[in-house]
Amino acid sequence: MRRTLVILAVLGLLGALAFWFLTDPGLQRAGLEPVPAGEADLANGRTLFFAGDCTSCHLSPNQDDRTRLGGGKPLPSPFGTFYPPNISPHADGIGSWTPEQFLRAMRGGVSPDGRHYYPAFPYTSYQRMRPADVRDLFAYLKTLPAVPGRAPDHALPFPFNVRRGLGLWKLAVLDGKVFEPDPAKSPSLNRGAYLVEGAAHCAECHSARNALGMIPAERRYAGGPNPEGKGFVPNITPDKTGLADWSKGDIAEVLSSGLTPEGDSVGSNMVEVVRNTSQLAPADRDAIAEYIKSLPPRVGRKGPQ
Amino acid sequence: MLRTVLLTAALAVGATAVLAQGDPIATRKQTMKGVGDATKIGSAMAKGEAPFDAAKAKEILQVYANAADKMHNYFPENSKTGGETTAAPTIWQNQAEFRKRFDDWAAEIKKASAQTDNLDNFKAAFGNLTKACGGCHETFRIKKS
Repeated sequence: MRRTLVILAVLGLLGALAFWFLTDPGLQRAGLEPVPAGEADLANGRTLFFAGDCTSCHLSPNQDDRTRLGGGKPLPSPFGTFYPPNISPHADGIGSWTPEQFLRAMRGGVSPDGRHYYPAFPYTSYQRMRPADVRDLFAYLKTLPAVPGRAPDHALPFPFNVRRGLGLWKLAVLDGKVFEPDPAKSPSLNRGAYLVEGAAHCAECHSARNALGMIPAERRYAGGPNPEGKGFVPNITPDKTGLADWSKGDIAEVLSSGLTPEGDSVGSNMVEVVRNTSQLAPADRDAIAEYIKSLPPRVGRKGPQ
Repeated sequence: MLRTVLLTAALAVGATAVLAQGDPIATRKQTMKGVGDATKIGSAMAKGEAPFDAAKAKEILQVYANAADKMHNYFPENSKTGGETTAAPTIWQNQAEFRKRFDDWAAEIKKASAQTDNLDNFKAAFGNLTKACGGCHETFRIKKS
C-alpha cells in the first residue's frame, strides 16, 4: 500500500515535470529570429495592418475612430470569452515593446513576459509572416493614437484558464515556418497565398475545428459553424457548396464593396473585414482572389444554421 | 429583360405586402431578394459591365425605397425563428435602432434620386447606398453561407 502510494507520487511528480517541460514557452522557436536591420517601410506596415484585420478584435468599442486600438471588446468563443488586449502605442498597450518582443508575439505567440498567448490571437497564421513585414507592421502601429486602458482578463473555464497548458497545443500546431513562395507559380498567386495564409488569417474563421481546436487539413477553408455565436461561416473553396460559381473578379469585388455576385452583401463580422480589405491596393485584392480560386475544392455545408 | 426583373421584383414586394400578415419570414426574404436583384443590375452598371441607363437607375432606387419603407413591418414577435431565417435576435432586442437604420437608408435613397442622370453620379450614389447593406447585416443578420 505504502509502496503503491510512493510509486503514484513519483509518477505524478514525473508527469508534472514533463508537463512543465513540454509547456515551456521557450520550446517555441518561432519569432526568436533577429529583427531584420534597416528602416521600417510604413506603407508596407499599413498594408499588413489592413490585410491582418487587426481592428476586428482590437478596436476600442463604442467609438468610430478606426485607428484607436485600445482593445477590450468581448470576443466570444466555444472556450470562453476573450478580451483582446490594447495594442495601441500607449504604455497600457505595446508602447514599451521592442520590435523583438513584437516579432516574438506575432510569430511565436509568446508575450514579452514569457507567457503563451491564446490562439484567439491567430499566431497560427501570423507565423507565416516574414520578419521584415512584422517589423513594418510594428512601426505602423506605433504611428497610431496611444489609447490608455487595459482590457479585462479573459473569462475562461478550467482547463482553458491554464495558460501554460497551451504549450502542448502549440507544440502540435506551430511549426514556425515562414511562407515559402512556390517558384512554379505566378508572383501574384504567391502574393495572394502569402496574404491569405499569413496576415489575413482567413482559415481561422473559414474552417471547422476539431474538439482540440485544431483545423484538420480536409476542412481548411470549407466553412463551419460560427465560433462566435449563431450561424455559419461560408465555405470559400471552389466547391459547389462554396464559391464554385464565383469568378476571381467576384471575390475581389466582395473584398472591396462587400457585395456578392447575387447582389447580396456580406454580413456579421465579415463587414468589419471588408472595411479593412477595401483599404488594400486592388492588386492585393486580386492576388487574394486568385489564390482563393486556386484552393482545392472541399465539400462544406450549404445554407444557414 | 431588366425591366421585367425589376417589375417582377416591385410587384413581388407589393403583392407580398398583403401576404406579410400571413408569412412575414417569406415576405421579408422576397423583399430582400428584390433588393439583391436590383443591386446586381446596379452593380453591373457601376462597374461598366452593362451600359448605364438612367431609367434602370431610377427603378433600382424605387425597389430600394419600397424596401426601406416596408421591411421593418415584416419582423413581428412571432417571426424570430423558422423558415431558415437569418434574422438575428438583435432585431428584437434593439427595435428602435433597427427601425432607424431603414429610416436613415430611406433618407439617403431620397437624396440619391437626384443622382440617376449620369453614370458618375449614379456610381457615387450606388456605392453610398449599398454601404448601408453591410452596416445593417453586420448587426442584424446572423452568419450565413
